[in-house]
Parts: sequence; C-alpha cells; structure tokens
Amino acid sequence: MSESTHPEVAVANDQSPVVPHPTDEAGIDAVVQAALAAFAAASNLDELKAARLGHTGEKSPLALANREIGRLDKSEKATAGKLMGASRGRVNKALAARTEVLEAENAARILVEETVDVTAAPRRRRVGARHPLSTLQDRVSDIFVGMGWEIAEGPEIESEWFNFDALNFAPDHPAREMQDTFFIEPVDSHLLLRTHTSPVQVRSMLERELPIYVLCPGRVYRTDELDATHTPVFHQFEGLAIDKDLTMADLRGTLEHFARQMFGEDASIRLRPNFFPFTEPSAELDIWHPGAKGGPRWIEWGGCGMVNPNVLRAAGIDPEAYSGFAFGMGVERTLMFRNEVPDMHDMIEGDIRFSEHFGMEI
Amino acid sequence: MRIPLSWLREYAQVPADATAEDVMAELVKVGLEEEDVHRPTDEISGPIVVGQVLSVLKEEQTNGKTINWCQVRVVPEGTAQTLRNEGIDPSGVQGIICGAHNFVAGDKVVVTLPGAVLPGDFRISARQTYGHLSAGMIASAKELGLGEDHDGIIVLSRLGLDPEVGADAMELLGLYDQAAEINVTPDRSYAFSIRGVAREYAHATNTPYTDPASLVSVDAPSAAGHPVKLADDAGIYGKDGCDRFVTRLVRNVNTALPTPPWMASRLNLAGMRSISLVVDISNYVMLELGQPLHFYDADKLTGPITVRRANTGETLLTLDAKERKLHPEDLLITDESGAIGIAGVMGGASTEVSDATDSVLIEAAHFEPITIARSRRRHKLPSEASKRFERGVDWEIADRAAQRAVDLLVELAGGTSTTLITDEGAAPAPVLIELPAEFASKLIGIDYTVEQITWALEEIGAEVRRTDSGYMVTAPTWRPDLETKQDLTEEIARLVGYRLIPSTLPTAPPGRGYSRVQAQRRRAIQALADSGLTEVLSYPFVTKAQNDTFGAARAGEVRAVKLNNPMSSEFGFMRTSILPGLLGIARRNHGRGFRDLALYEAGQVFLPGATLGTASVPPLGIKPSEAELDALYGGLPHQPTHIAAVLTGHDSPVAADHAPRVFDWADALDTAKLVGDVLGVEVVVSQGAHQAFHPGRTAALSLRDGTHVGYAGELHPKLLAELDLPERTVAMEINADELFEAAADVIVAKEISTFPISTQDVALVVDAGIVAADVLETLREGAGELLEDIALFDVYSGAGIEEGKKSLAFGLRFRAADRTLTADEVSEARAAAVALAAERFAAVQR
Repeated sequence: MSESTHPEVAVANDQSPVVPHPTDEAGIDAVVQAALAAFAAASNLDELKAARLGHTGEKSPLALANREIGRLDKSEKATAGKLMGASRGRVNKALAARTEVLEAENAARILVEETVDVTAAPRRRRVGARHPLSTLQDRVSDIFVGMGWEIAEGPEIESEWFNFDALNFAPDHPAREMQDTFFIEPVDSHLLLRTHTSPVQVRSMLERELPIYVLCPGRVYRTDELDATHTPVFHQFEGLAIDKDLTMADLRGTLEHFARQMFGEDASIRLRPNFFPFTEPSAELDIWHPGAKGGPRWIEWGGCGMVNPNVLRAAGIDPEAYSGFAFGMGVERTLMFRNEVPDMHDMIEGDIRFSEHFGMEI
Repeated sequence: MRIPLSWLREYAQVPADATAEDVMAELVKVGLEEEDVHRPTDEISGPIVVGQVLSVLKEEQTNGKTINWCQVRVVPEGTAQTLRNEGIDPSGVQGIICGAHNFVAGDKVVVTLPGAVLPGDFRISARQTYGHLSAGMIASAKELGLGEDHDGIIVLSRLGLDPEVGADAMELLGLYDQAAEINVTPDRSYAFSIRGVAREYAHATNTPYTDPASLVSVDAPSAAGHPVKLADDAGIYGKDGCDRFVTRLVRNVNTALPTPPWMASRLNLAGMRSISLVVDISNYVMLELGQPLHFYDADKLTGPITVRRANTGETLLTLDAKERKLHPEDLLITDESGAIGIAGVMGGASTEVSDATDSVLIEAAHFEPITIARSRRRHKLPSEASKRFERGVDWEIADRAAQRAVDLLVELAGGTSTTLITDEGAAPAPVLIELPAEFASKLIGIDYTVEQITWALEEIGAEVRRTDSGYMVTAPTWRPDLETKQDLTEEIARLVGYRLIPSTLPTAPPGRGYSRVQAQRRRAIQALADSGLTEVLSYPFVTKAQNDTFGAARAGEVRAVKLNNPMSSEFGFMRTSILPGLLGIARRNHGRGFRDLALYEAGQVFLPGATLGTASVPPLGIKPSEAELDALYGGLPHQPTHIAAVLTGHDSPVAADHAPRVFDWADALDTAKLVGDVLGVEVVVSQGAHQAFHPGRTAALSLRDGTHVGYAGELHPKLLAELDLPERTVAMEINADELFEAAADVIVAKEISTFPISTQDVALVVDAGIVAADVLETLREGAGELLEDIALFDVYSGAGIEEGKKSLAFGLRFRAADRTLTADEVSEARAAAVALAAERFAAVQR
C-alpha cells in the first residue's frame, strides 16, 4: 500500500508540517485526529510503525508543538501543558490499542502458516505387545488375587510322584496313560514334563500353612500333535482351596464368580459328573458364554471337584479335618472361545501380528 | 462305547422317536461324555427292497466274464408298483445286470432301486450296460456298508430270512438303527456294556431298567467241565491274577452259518465288524454284558487248563500269527502243550476256532486289572477285551455271560448245549462302605434326605442298611470304582442331580498379593513390551546342536535334559537357552515379510544337576518322608527363568519425515539393562565372548558383585547365515532369577543437594584396546565423592589421534551436599580423576 493513498500520513511526513500552537485547541485536535486516523488505517505492524514515527516522532507536529511549551509565558504554560498532555495521552492510547490488535493478528497469521498435515504424522515409537496367553494368565491371576487367593508356581520338569502318585493316579490305572506324558530319559529317573499344573497343588499343600487358597497358572505338556485345537505345549490355570467345611457349593460359587469376571455378568456355569483321580466327586465344567461367536451357548471349559482324600493324605493333611476343592482350565481353550481365536497355530507360531493385535490387553 | 438304540431299548425305556442325540443328552446328565452319532441313514437311502429273482440269463462277454441278466420281482405278485422313480418299472419287475453268481432263480435278494443312495454317495439309476438297461442293483453286504463280502450278494434265505417280496430291506437289515457314541471315563468300566449304559440311561431318565443278566438263567451243571487249575503264585501286589474261570462246552457248532442281520447290524453300529458267526457271538455277549469271552476249539486243547504266570523264556504264537516272547509277569492260560493264551489280552493260534471247529469251549474269566494292563502294554496289544479287564469286570457276571454265549451258539449256530460246567475261583469279599449320615450333605452343600440317599444308592445297585451313625452300603459287584464314602457321595450327588448344588462363595483368609518374584517377573515382562518389544512364546524343544551352540559360551557338549518320547527325534532335548526358539520365530516372521523385529520371550530353561530324578517313586495316599521329599526335590533339574530378546531391522517404522535407526549391538545391551533398570538392579557390561555371538561385539552381563547373568550383542555372522536371518541381528539372554534375587528389598532414599552444579569435560587419549567402561570407572574413582555423575559423550579416532589410539570424551558433574563448590575444588577433583586414568591406562589429556 503506497503512502500517497493516505493523505494524513503524507501530511505527517511533510518536511515542513504545519505545527499548531500548543494552546490552539482546534489545531492540536486536528493533529491528534490525523494521528488517530493514521493508526486506524495501518493494516500491519510495519505501517503502524511508520504512522507512529510520523505522528509521534521527533519531527511530528505534536512533538514540535510540545517543544514550544518551554518558550511560552508562564500564564500560557499551564494551559498548553494540560492540552498537550491530554492530546499525547489520547494518541499513545490509540497507538497501544492498535498495536495490540495488529500483534494479535500477526500471531494468528503465523499460527495459520504453521499448519501441518496431521494425518501424515510418522509413528516414532516402536509399539510393543504382550502375548495374549501371557496377558490372559495375568488377568486370571488378578481376579483370584483380588479374592484374597495367592499364586503358586512350580517346575515344568517334574517328578512322577508329584504329577501322578500324589494326585491319586495309581501306577497301572488307565487314567495315567490317558495323560499322554512326555517322559525324561532315562525313564527310570521317574521325571516327566508335567501334564497339568496339579503338581503345584501338591507342592502348595506340602509347603503352605492351612487354610490354602491358591491359583496355579503355568505351562504344561502332552504328546498331542499340533493341529487346530491341540498343541503339545500349552497352559493351564488350576485353583485349589483347602479349608474346614468346604463344600461343592463353595466350588460352584467360586467358579461362578470367576466366570462372571471373565465373561460378563450374564455368564453362568454348569457342572456335569465326570471322573478325575484327584477329585471325588468330580465334575466337568461348562460355561454359559453370553458373547460366544454364533450366539450364547454352553462351552466345555474345564474340570473340577472335591479334592480326593488320598491327595490330602499325600500332603499330610487329615481328610477328616479338612476338605477342599480344585478346578482347572486351559488357557489356550479359554482364549479360543473368549477372544475368538480360530486356530491353535496362531497362538504358537509367534507371528507378531497375533500379539500386536492384542497389544497389552485381552 | 457306541450304543445302538435298538439294543438299548431292550433293557431301558427309550422313547420310540428318540434320536441318538436325545439319548446322548440324557447320558451326559449322569456323567458320560458325548462323542459322536452313527446313523447308517446318513449314508444310505432307499428305495431298497426285498426282491425275488424270477430268471437268470447267463451271458458270456467278450472279456471272458460271464454276467447275469436277471428279471427280479420287487413288489408282491399281483400288486402294482407304487414307486414312480425314473427307471422303476410299473410292472413291478426290474431287469438287472449282476456280476455275482452265488444265487439262482427263486432266491430272495436285496434290490437297490433307481433313486437309492449307498455309502460313498453311490447313486443308483437305470443305466445301459452289457447291452441291457440295468434298472437297479442286487446288493452285497459290503455295498450296504454291512461288512465284508464272503461270497457275493446277500441271499436272504441263507440268513434264515423269508420276507415278503417288496418289503423294506433297510428295515430288515437294521439300517434304520442308530448309535450314540459316548466317552467312558476310566473309572466306569461297567459303562463299556449295554448293560451298564442302559442302567445309566434309566438313572438319567428315572425310568425302569431291566438287567440283561437277570434274563439269563444259568444251567445247573450235570458233571464237571473241562478241568481248570488257578495257579498264580506271583500275583502283582499279592493279588491273584485270576479269581474266577468259567468254562462251558458247546458241541456240533456249525461255523458256516451266517450271522443274522440284526446281530451284524448291531455289531457294525457298535463299531465292531461282523467277522463270522462264532466270533460275532463272542463279541456280542461282551458288548451286551461287559464280560470278554474267549472261545477255544475244544478238540485242540491238550489236557487240563492251568492259569499261571509265564516262565522265563516261554513264547506263544498269538492269534495274529506273531511269536510273542513272554514276560514272567504275564498271566497265561496254558494246557499240557504250554501257553495257549495271554490272559485277557490275546489267545493263541494253536487252539483257535476255525471253519473246521465242531466243539467250542467258552472261557469267561475274571482277571486282575493291573496284570492285564501291564501285559497289554508290554505286548502293545490293546483290545476290546483288555480294555474291559483293565478297568474291572463284574465278578458275578462270568457264568451268565458264558450261558448267554451257549444260548446264542445253540440258537444261531446249531450248537448242542452241554451242562459240563467248570466254575473255579472264589468270590471276593463284598465291598462294604460306611457312610456317615451327614457326610454327603456336608461335602456337597445340599441337605440330602434319608430317602434321597437310600434311593440313589439302591438305584445304582448298592445294598443300603441304616445304622446308628448313618448307612452301611454294599457296593454293587459291577462297580469296582466304589470304595469310599466320597465315591458314594458322588453317586448320590449325580443321581439327585448336580444342577441342584447351590452356589456359595467361600472367603479366603487375607492374601499377601503377588510374591516378590511374581511381581518382579511381571514388571520385567511388561517393561519390555512397554519399550516396544513383542512378546512371543516358543516351544522349549530343541536339537542337541542348538543346546551345544547356545547353552554355553565355549564349544563343547552341553548337558541337557533329553526326552524319552519327543514329538520329533530331532527336537529331542529341553532348551538350555531361549534363543534357539526365539530365533526360529524371528525367522518365521522375517519369512512372512516383517523386516523390523523386536521379539522377546520369558520362560524356564532346563539345566540338569548332578542327580537326575529318583530311582523309585513313593506310594500314593501317604505323605512321603522328609528324606524322600528331599530326594524328589533334589532330583529335579535347575529350571531358572530366562528372558531373551532378538532385534533386527529398524527401531521404529519407516515413515515420511522420520528416519528410523537400525538396531545394532548396543540395543541388545540396552534391552538387558532395561530389565535390570525396572527391577532396580544394575546390569554391568564387560567385553565378553560367546560362540553364538560376534567375537568383537559381545557383552558379558553381570551383577555388581560379579555374578554372571548373561550375554548380549551381535549374533555371529556365520550363525546368522546358517539360520537365514539378516546380517547384524542382535540378541540378549539374561537369567532373570539372578536379577530378581539381587534386587533390594527396600530402597533407601538419597539426599538431594540443591547447591549449584559444576560441570567439567575431560577428553582422554588411550590405547584403542582399552574399554570405555574401565576408564569411566577409573575417572569416577579418581574424582572422589564430589562427583555426582559421569557420562561418556564421545568416542573418536582418526585425524589428530595417533594410530592405535582413541579419544574418549566424558562429561563430569560435580556437586557437594553442603556447599557451593569453589573452582579450585572442582579443578582439583578433575585433576585427580585424570591422574588416576593416566596412571592406570597411560591416558593423556587431549
């Protein structure tokens, strides 16, 4: 914008401006009005700076008029000082106001200019993930710890006694063979890969004070070929409670509470008679899964029962004084129907997409 | 166990319209598991009718074969054909080509008419063949899925049948029957019979039950039967291997007679092929009553039968024509010729029933389960018989089962019954179980009434007597699994119904939360994921070579736990390092197109100690002694938790306006240090050497006290090439248990000084071989306690630095707890640090 289009500014910049007398109210007012008009017309900070210099600078009519005050009579000085002070105040106030407006406009413009495409933002941090089998075990453990239970663990290579005999599997009973056990070489070392986490129950009974309420999560082994629903290496969690006067109703209550934590308030459980050497009575545990793929239905979840007195005896606990219940479920199976994992291969192959899809949650 | 519904209906009240699924649903309620459904009509559909061959025209073909062009009437004479399928002749007579020759005009046969479907989706239609329009097929047993063909098509008269022409042959042959297959738990031996399952069905539905055993009336013996001596002098656990041995003799058996269709159909549906009439009768009785039988050709027996353990070196040629070396623990059936059978497992070839057999000696014996289980396992001879004996057979049923076989041989095989009966052995004492009055209620949490308890126990066949304190219960002889009051409680609970068990939530005593190690492990595992690594879980099965490479720093044989029966013989060892499995997973991901990988796994490794296992196992049902327990614990391999990580490619995704870093050896070290950091344990790095790692880029990891905890660095290029993994892949593995152990229980607060900091930089030139960590530690030591912190910020070699030397630049931060340091104090401390480095490493200030 050229200066010539602004006559007021042009006047202010004139080499020989008309300088009104410092007591000339009308003249001074004209100069002030000219300044105010020039400030208002400035459309950016540079123009405002020029207007400021022209209207308040050393050679501006206002400054020159002000300088005249010193030469006035004493009688005029007071009137002139008052007029000039008020006039300069009006000009400065207008300048400050206009400066604020233009600075704000300027700041806003810079921000607009700094606009980026947020959708092009790179991901700078690597995002990690837990394996869902591991997250699920944590989740289950949290539920039981919340109920006051403790977590018990044990070794994966285990003595035959802990895995079988202590759990009332008779040496030649068919139930023992049905466990499809990996044995350690030499066989007469009587070591094996635990076929369930139940040996940890026995260890807990031997090592802990009564009463006992423990959850035993962990990795177990069976000689099953890998297919869509089987894997030779898998995970279980088992619960064990030993106390005075525990009943099968307590078992049901515990499982129901747990099922609701895992599958929602609408979940419920069903017990069907079954056989396990380490419990009597024994039951198969079905869960009513309200969110099951394809609609709510009963799903076989695990086994449970009242601890067989022979198991208590193996740990030196008097079965006449104490009773207990135990239950066990597969972690893989739970993940399969809770989180709709279609194939066991996904869980064991270690494809990062499987873990990363779940992230840190389950 | 497969249960044909027609068979079940003989002893239980199964509704006429019940399906196999319905029956299974009932059985599941009382503890049997559903397995499958078998229904011939899923594979076969009609029209399949009885036809009468009117004429047979033999036509020789150019290929030398003779075929028969037959006219077969498929509706009763004088009635009209009502079927309208294409190819069905309205006259009621079909022209059919048949290749079999075992029939003549006048025979009644099974005709599959056009529109019928046979197993294997074999659709019958009228088709042109051998110059005729053949409109249907005359069926053989095999074509109908009923077993093997012996001699061509089915001729109904030979099965003893004379049905009306046009009758539904599927009905006649039992093809509308169906079977429910249930899984029998190992305690429920009696459910391996129709007898037992019918009883369970009656329990489930609360309907009447007829015990098939009660329908058999055992003949009174007229004279002693075949002499039998029970002479087991080496019973396992002191128990006689055989405590009952019944024999019956049936003469004049016609082995050529066919198995009637109803029996063949039931056997087929039950999953046992129909083989021959005599064999079928033996199997039929076993399936019905649960008592395995063995039939001998009576004329091939030599003298009395003795039941005894095998002698060392004794052998037997079994029915499957294999020479078996017998073990002194095998229980044998012998005669004067030697062994004629392994008791309850398999008979011998020398006394086998054959086509020429005339007299059959029936054996119905009661064998001790463990003896049978061991012989079966030893000789790898699982059979329907051994399956039942191993789980326990009803002692009382033997004579009735033998009688049932006699009756069937007489009825179906033309045999002549004799009353020459042997019944050796003594009945075991009845099993008496005391059930305290309140016991079941207390264990289950339901207040059972006296009536409920008595009803349930009587329902399963027990005798119940009230006593002052409760009940005295005599277990039924077919329930060897019932031994304790808990066993009886389960029976009461399941008959009254598990669904009635209420729900109460017991209160555990105040818990202590996660143990220290559990919390530490979880924190470490979570921290790695939080810092951008992905957790995976690998199988811990590895090869010997993998253990030898990753399990020790130096080449040599690594002690490892070997599996006796691995899934694959190659991966026959338990891991001593997590890395082989983790690298396998890295390779799989790389192969699937993922080039940037940061993987980790936490899990047990298996390090055998001096002793492996124990020579014996303590018995069940009692607590082992402290010494025995110590031995059990001591025999286990050391199984510490390791954490391992593998990194390759970029540290973050390649993206517009972002240049990711490539993972290098330092990232492996950093990952190991991170595990230490989150546990509050310092992981100390020093130059290391490990055969799996790059010789110049390996860190040995240890604790402050010098305990070695693992390795980190770049993997050996040769190894990476062998593994088909990218160059410069880095890894770390750390014994997390050592870190957990080393973590402080309580961290004591440090005083925070608010006096000003004074910073100084030091650049030192040292020999290239001197490691930075040593120089840093020396500076720290030399600077004294005014030094708050020190960090290496630059390593330089090249222009301006002598060949074989390098410059290390450190930033030192000084601060005192109680004052502002003077310039002199700081210079002095700096000089002292430099002086010590000069002394130890001949370091020169740059």
